[in-house]
Amino acid sequence: MNFESFDSFINMGGHGLYVWLSYGVGLCVFVIALTAPLMKRKSIIKELSQLQRRKQRSLSSNENSTGIT
Amino acid sequence: MKWIFFHKLGSPKWFFDISGKFLPWFIVIGISLLVIGSIWGLIFAPKDYQQGDSFRIIYLHVPAAILAQSCYLMMAASALVSLVWKMKLADVFITSAAPLGALFTFLALFTGAVWGKPTWGTWWVWDARLTAMLVLLFLYFGVISLQTAIEDTLLSSKATAILVLVGVVNIPIIKYSVEWWNTLHQPATFKLTEKPAMVPEMWIPLLVMVIGIYCFFSAVVMLRMRNEILMRERKTKWVQRLVSG
Repeated sequence: MNFESFDSFINMGGHGLYVWLSYGVGLCVFVIALTAPLMKRKSIIKELSQLQRRKQRSLSSNENSTGIT
Repeated sequence: MKWIFFHKLGSPKWFFDISGKFLPWFIVIGISLLVIGSIWGLIFAPKDYQQGDSFRIIYLHVPAAILAQSCYLMMAASALVSLVWKMKLADVFITSAAPLGALFTFLALFTGAVWGKPTWGTWWVWDARLTAMLVLLFLYFGVISLQTAIEDTLLSSKATAILVLVGVVNIPIIKYSVEWWNTLHQPATFKLTEKPAMVPEMWIPLLVMVIGIYCFFSAVVMLRMRNEILMRERKTKWVQRLVSG
């Protein structure tokens, strides 16, 4: 352990602002990098499955109409 | 045997299946190494005798900068494959990796600026290393915008591949900038041929962070490639089955 107290850990020998600013932005970058594709995946699956359902509906309605006539 | 592997590698479905198996491992190992490395570097590594505690930014700055450059090299290798063999997956990789490369180049520049302030007394200097890194960021932006600007997939993959290959000259400039010109930036922390100048208590956590960031990058790039494949192959049977099931 390199620090005597929690305060001295936060203070980083007077460089606290620089160190924590770097690590704060770093954390944001990692979180964005990971969550963006996960959310994108959800929206892609949703979009594609809606598209598929719409296609099937129009297909089955076509069959019905030809079946009647 | 080799060529079967090569063709398989080019098949989006094969990649989709195999990457799904590796993904969780890369995510877990990558994040664990990053957490371990950060805690180690922030709390347990000894402080630098000249820079004090501000040197702890190195554990974020150096891995981000290494990744930013090797991401570009991987894209350049893919660009070559995409041009020569017209492999779909190579273009998928370039599309998926470019935004990540830009993100980590930004992180390297940002942490560098924040580190520069207490160490050099300035946020930014137009020094060779820093400028070349900024050029790398703009190269990533160029790749991203070129790819979104051209609708036709074949044409856009060709154009971006050429741009990526032309831009690769920037990488040796970044690497050797600290040796060719007098710069404020210190020389490389890790060299393959020499022992690091730091004590092991300092460089081991850095190595942990570098390995961690590579695992993290692999995981995220796989996630992005899988999304890209789903979109590009949306008309194929296997994607439609996957979406409905």
